[in-house]
Amino acid sequence: MAVAKKNPSADAKETGPPVAHFCKDEELAAYRIMLTIRRFEEKAGQMYGMGLIGGFCHLYIGQEAVVVGMQMALKPGDGVITGYRDHGHMLACGMDPKGVMAELTGRAHGYSKGKGGSMHMFSVERGFFGGHGIVGAQVPLGTGLAFANRYRDNGNISVTYFGDGAANQGQVYESFNMAALWKLPVVYVIENNRYAMGTAITRSSAETNLSRRGLSFNIPGEQVDGMDVRAVKAAGEKAAAWCRAGKGPYILEMLTYRYRGHSMSDPAKYRTREEVEEVRTHHDPIDMARHRILEKKFAKEDELKKIDGEVRDLINQAAEFATHDPEPDVAELYADVYR
Amino acid sequence: MPIEVLMPALSPTMEKGNLSKWLKKEGDRVKSGDIIAEIETDKATMEVEAADEGTLGKILVPEGSVDVAVNTPIALILGEGEDKSAIAASKPAPQPKAATAPAQQKPEAKPAPKAAPAPEAPAVHAAADPDIPEGTEMVTMTMREALRDAMAEEMRRDADVFVMGEEVAEYQGAYKVTQGLLQEFGGKRVIDTPITEHGFAGLGVGAALAGLKPIVEFMTFNFAMQAMDQLINSAAKTLYMSGGQMGCSIVFRGPNGAAARVAAQHSQDYSSWYSHIPGLKVIAPSNATDAKGLLKAAIRDPNPVVFLENEILYGHSSPVPKLDDFVLPIGKAKIARAGSDVTIIAWSMGISYALQAADELAKDGIEAEVIDLRTLKPMDTVTIIASVQKTGRAVTVEEGWQQSGVGAEIAARIMEHAFDYLDAPVARVSGKDVPMPYAANLEKLALPSVAEVVEAAKAVCYR
Repeated sequence: MAVAKKNPSADAKETGPPVAHFCKDEELAAYRIMLTIRRFEEKAGQMYGMGLIGGFCHLYIGQEAVVVGMQMALKPGDGVITGYRDHGHMLACGMDPKGVMAELTGRAHGYSKGKGGSMHMFSVERGFFGGHGIVGAQVPLGTGLAFANRYRDNGNISVTYFGDGAANQGQVYESFNMAALWKLPVVYVIENNRYAMGTAITRSSAETNLSRRGLSFNIPGEQVDGMDVRAVKAAGEKAAAWCRAGKGPYILEMLTYRYRGHSMSDPAKYRTREEVEEVRTHHDPIDMARHRILEKKFAKEDELKKIDGEVRDLINQAAEFATHDPEPDVAELYADVYR
Repeated sequence: MPIEVLMPALSPTMEKGNLSKWLKKEGDRVKSGDIIAEIETDKATMEVEAADEGTLGKILVPEGSVDVAVNTPIALILGEGEDKSAIAASKPAPQPKAATAPAQQKPEAKPAPKAAPAPEAPAVHAAADPDIPEGTEMVTMTMREALRDAMAEEMRRDADVFVMGEEVAEYQGAYKVTQGLLQEFGGKRVIDTPITEHGFAGLGVGAALAGLKPIVEFMTFNFAMQAMDQLINSAAKTLYMSGGQMGCSIVFRGPNGAAARVAAQHSQDYSSWYSHIPGLKVIAPSNATDAKGLLKAAIRDPNPVVFLENEILYGHSSPVPKLDDFVLPIGKAKIARAGSDVTIIAWSMGISYALQAADELAKDGIEAEVIDLRTLKPMDTVTIIASVQKTGRAVTVEEGWQQSGVGAEIAARIMEHAFDYLDAPVARVSGKDVPMPYAANLEKLALPSVAEVVEAAKAVCYR
């Protein structure tokens, strides 16, 4: 929990449950998908640098354990919604890297036919409700997904992600109020990566322990080591069970970190290189998973190398696809404004 | 083959940058994510990270180089099992430019955009009103009752339809539009919300994205400004942004425009605001009959619909056909009064002014044709143009302000499609360009009046 300790607000009494025990299959599956997200984002960064991806592009590097652990706690039918740093969420939901990358390059076979871009992708099939570009707007929307689940009484939950920056938006508290009032099955996952663009949480938030933000609505919350996929899964299961039991919403504050700038054009001068290096070296979610796998002899070095190669191939294929897929037909200009 | 590290673009507009510093030297091991160099853009100093694993084989662009074009190879990374000999085998490195040399190389990062012309916007076609069978019983009711009946019928028909808003349930509606719905459908489908427009509008959109069909009542549209982002960014744009995959069937309804003596913050016409937005449909009925048929259509429509009612009109009655399923087409205007001398185009409350003005004008021998737009978006241009081609003169009436108003849009369409038919410039009667005053006399002056419509119609008829 060293990451949690670095956060001045972290209170040991409020940190999450003990990490979940991971069997070999879970450890390897989590490793593979976290690595897929990492490699995907590195490739996206590279392709942005080559001018193949335009506009805003917010990379998820460093935060992989959050979505992967949460996804392991979900059931088919549950819905996921997030803001604009969304590539990791889509890959964790099982969306095809080719379709995601082709959307980043604005091509015909991107998830939104090239019309949404990095921040606006959806998959009805995978229960991924976007991909939203306005800070905090996904929080009422995700609460509405939970409303629909309760209306239909289908036992499904909504996982609504937002960041430490969005946590200061008024609509978040309007949503908390209704979710608690109507006991909606929504897990609010606050991905606290310590910086709202360039503003450190201590400079933007009067209460920096974001797990306490639901207190006045009687929404339980806890801080979780968001760099440890096992801790995330354990917390996610607890929160999901709470929601499924009809007890209303639950807040999980994931203490995490993004290695890259806010977006591609952010030089990240608001923090030291040493701070980034400290997290990368000592708390990297993928390195830690790798060490555990080797230590517990779940796999040998060469088996992990094989996974690394397979992931790299998958991402290279996605990049190749996204580079050569045609741009959308001009007829797409007026398509799908209405249905 | 060694992997080329290219000069990256670090912002959407960057075409070249200065390579200020190498943080790795030739022969160093690098892995994905390692910072290998710093470059200066016009905005900031940025870090270049390695995207591949290997050994930094050769630095092609030395530190201190300026104006290095995006996508220029700046270094070579040797993969596993490769040594320096692989570099010779690869293509010759470009000559790095000296720090003082001006940039010779044209940036080649972005291919020139293809100059394909935008295709024509698709034409809007609206069906005609359904025929009312001979002998159908007509029931005179208020717009308030018609709206309530429309909701109740659709809620009986489709279990996914529910209504939410402030005071819609136990209080029976702030303007009694939802009267009786709680008793019939229960608290699960008729939901009182806290006074949090932004939150409950967004919640409604989320429920609609999940497939439900919410009717979100705003106590008045003045308060919907708090929720504007959810209506526009979330409701109107999601279908398009998802490539047609995910949309929302949702109705936002409530009274719009001036009521009486409630001053500036509670007296605003949002007709032009919402009809500006692609992805939204906007309806503004003037009578109980249209209100019923169009609200039923709006609830069934798979798109987000903004349904603008009017507090003053709630109590006005008109005959509504007693049919099992009376649904009117969205996007179709109605000739509220036929005439040959001048076309008056209005909707909602504006129709009251227009029809009274038409009576006045008839006394002076001017036969006005009154078009009730009913739907503002998509707008029924065909009906407007056909009328103007007949009359050669047009007057628009709206409570909203003139600049960027709906009247301005109608005038532009008439100019585009019927310029040669016009015998006079189009006249606009609108709300005055002031926040709504409270004082009774000033409020009256700020709003359009029958006299102003008469005057404008006479002016375009040169009478």
